[in-house]
Amino acid sequence: MKSRLEKLKGTCIGIAGCGGLGSNCAMALARAGVGHLVLADFDVVTRENLGRQYYFLDQVGQKKVQALKDNIARVDPGINVEAHDLCLGPDEVLRIFKNCRVIIEAFDRAEMKLMLIETVTERFPDKFIIVGSGLAGYGANNALRTRRLGNLFICGDEISEVSEETPPLAPRVGAVAAMQANQVLEIVMDDLQPASGDDVWDE
Amino acid sequence: MKITLNNNEVSMAGESFSVRELLGLMKFTFPMIVVKVNGRLVRKEDYERVFVGDGDFVEAIHLISGG
Repeated sequence: MKSRLEKLKGTCIGIAGCGGLGSNCAMALARAGVGHLVLADFDVVTRENLGRQYYFLDQVGQKKVQALKDNIARVDPGINVEAHDLCLGPDEVLRIFKNCRVIIEAFDRAEMKLMLIETVTERFPDKFIIVGSGLAGYGANNALRTRRLGNLFICGDEISEVSEETPPLAPRVGAVAAMQANQVLEIVMDDLQPASGDDVWDE
Repeated sequence: MKITLNNNEVSMAGESFSVRELLGLMKFTFPMIVVKVNGRLVRKEDYERVFVGDGDFVEAIHLISGG
């Protein structure tokens, strides 16, 4: 029986998008002891990102994947981090995440979320995908939940869309990112299997 | 027919509906939706071709922008 740390150290997790969800989720996984992380994003850090994303003032203007890799190394330089500065489509997903056990969906746009769900479900049925959906605004702690549909987990309230009135704010974005990371730990520690999963509704 | 939609049993008048018809009837209006019928993902371009009938297990989830 492997210890907790051994299991996590031997696990590879993919992070698709390194904004509010992806940067916070990656840091939580790094602190928890996950040994391999594959990061993908095409964007650079802006001043405005600092309101909810795991970057610092002196990183404004840097590529997000490089800045996040640097921040992970400041926690634990022993973590193996692959940083991909690119825009993900189905081909890139299949190429860069092929050794990952779980893929974290951390995109901003709903159509990108759907692209990743379709690609992973159809082409990587042996992997899990953990999606963040519905995290805008503040309050409503108890509306945040996790649902499972086979190899797909959905974290968030599934309702609140980002808008002028309901911007993405650090606490709720961070809460959903932490739920995604927490779900990774359950998959790894309890050795969940994608195919055997009955759909579970935590209502 | 009776189906299970998002874990709730739903009775509907009719023998079967396409996924497109079902989403309309059930007021799933967001442009981005994940649909699974009996555990299988249904792509948007197949909404007219895949039919749902008595006893089927359907899941439909709105995908919300923000992240």
